[in-house]
Amino acid sequence: MRIPTACRRHLQGAGGAAAFAAAGILNQYVFVCVMAVPWIAYVPSSTVDILLAIALPLPFVAVASPMLTAGQRRRFRRMRGVDIPRLPPRERAPEGVGRRGALWRRVLGWLRSRATVRELRYHLLLGPAVAFGGLLTLVTGFVSLVAATIYLWIWVLPLHWRLSWHGYSTDAAYITAAGTAALLGTAWLIGALARLDTRNAVALLGPSREERLARRVEDLTESRAGVVDAADEERRRIERDLHDGAQQRLVSMAVNLGLARATLGDRLSDEARAVIDEAHREAKEAIAELSNLVRGLHPAVLEDRGLDAALSGIAARAPLPVRLRVELPARPSATIEAVAYFVVSEALANVVKHAQAAEATVTVERFGARLLVVIADDGVGGADPAAGTGLAGLAKRVASVDGTFSVSSPPGGPTIVTVELPCAL
Amino acid sequence: MRAVIAEDSVLLRIGLVKVLETAGFEVVAEVDDAEALLAAVAEHRPDIAVVDVRMPPGFTDEGVRAALVIRRQWPGVAVLLLSQYVEERYAADLLSANTDGVGYLLKQRVADVEEFIDALRRVADGGTALDPQVVSQLLVRRHSDPLDRLTRREREVLELMAGGRSNAGIAGQLVVSESAVAKHINSILAKLDLPKADADHRRVLAVLRFLGVA
Repeated sequence: MRIPTACRRHLQGAGGAAAFAAAGILNQYVFVCVMAVPWIAYVPSSTVDILLAIALPLPFVAVASPMLTAGQRRRFRRMRGVDIPRLPPRERAPEGVGRRGALWRRVLGWLRSRATVRELRYHLLLGPAVAFGGLLTLVTGFVSLVAATIYLWIWVLPLHWRLSWHGYSTDAAYITAAGTAALLGTAWLIGALARLDTRNAVALLGPSREERLARRVEDLTESRAGVVDAADEERRRIERDLHDGAQQRLVSMAVNLGLARATLGDRLSDEARAVIDEAHREAKEAIAELSNLVRGLHPAVLEDRGLDAALSGIAARAPLPVRLRVELPARPSATIEAVAYFVVSEALANVVKHAQAAEATVTVERFGARLLVVIADDGVGGADPAAGTGLAGLAKRVASVDGTFSVSSPPGGPTIVTVELPCAL
Repeated sequence: MRAVIAEDSVLLRIGLVKVLETAGFEVVAEVDDAEALLAAVAEHRPDIAVVDVRMPPGFTDEGVRAALVIRRQWPGVAVLLLSQYVEERYAADLLSANTDGVGYLLKQRVADVEEFIDALRRVADGGTALDPQVVSQLLVRRHSDPLDRLTRREREVLELMAGGRSNAGIAGQLVVSESAVAKHINSILAKLDLPKADADHRRVLAVLRFLGVA
């Protein structure tokens, strides 16, 4: 007989789910049995008795709960391929109970922790309920299987049994049909129960949703900080390479050309002199351009001397008067320094390009764990971060380190760019 | 005149030697770190030491610290610092003791050979040479002080004074007459409330005030 593929797959899946349910029944009823011990030992009659019968096994159950959880974790991994992540220790210990508290406090805290409560909900309520459903389904399945194959049994069982059943050939046909239908139904049901059990276990035995989100946020924060630091480190490396390589060669070349100009001046034709002059000027321009490029990346002065020195360099180079005030008791981290430097550098470039300002003010101060950078100008205003100017890039770079960025620029000015950066104490 | 060069970049050191020799200096020692520099100065007692700020082993301000030692121990040795960037505090440190025979220039100025030779000779002769960038960076720090009262032209004159130029040098640079320069300087001295004493002394005081070190 050929069983259709879909049907076969259905039954095969049901086989795995049935084995899973059977294993679950053994696991799930450990605690139920423990909880039942007092009820078997004696029949509680008064309210106190009942309360005691419930309360006495509880500590044992709570202490054994992680072991049982480990067993369940193994069952889900081996039989369903579902990995239930372990709980981080902090979920076991509720707030306010540290590692140093008294033992009973810690045990109490541990028992009352949300993780333990969730585990017990699984081990004592949902788990056994599903396992009971599983037991019923397995029994039903077994009965259905026997019914579906009734013709086989009729021939295997003793002859008088068959002879005593009048009209068995039609009855058995109905039983086979009903059994087959019930078998398919239980196969579906056992699968559904396995899925339900898995969902319960993931929700109650694994980390809670908040915990998973918190961990995800931690991971993301960490990896983002890593990316930002790596980008910064890369900029510094490029700066060093340019400085040690191309820049030194250019300066050396310009010196040689300058020497040629100074010493050979009289002995050269006008044409040759003009060529040397031109080459000398170009070499100097190349040095200036390279310096500008390096300054935009991560200037050496920032690494060596910090924000104050680096910013006074940009302020001095700006074609408009810039007043600079930097008040920092200590140097922030290299990444924060780089972002602050970039902010001032770009904001001043924007002022020069768009603001038509007469002067600008830059202040860098620290308030608690925040670094406050303010760039103000007395120009025409109307700067819009959404308009795709350099301001949008600034905002992104600031956001990459969890900083805040705001621009106040009414038409007619003044424009004030305010940036706050986190700055560990 | 005899010179010692301390510079860790080989290319630039070769260039510097050529420039100094062209300018008529005798390069008695070329070294590449601060310790060797002090040893060389002690041994040769040169007229001038040309010193890179950033040198091994720390690559931070070894050159400045060595320069301060030289200024203290051998006041007769002029020091010309070369730096990749400007740090005003270095300039202030150097100038606070004595402005004679001190220079602070950006490395790339070496390429302007004639001007660099000018600055070299000035410093070796006991004068001062400050990079225009040092001067403009020091200006950024000024808030409301007497310097704000100066006109643009007077400020230019003061910057050039701080750079170590003579009246004639300033006049040449700004393309004005020497008497006009003298008039500007008098006006500057008056606006900075400097006491009427001998002109050279007042001139130095003006420069120091300008640099924020007095």
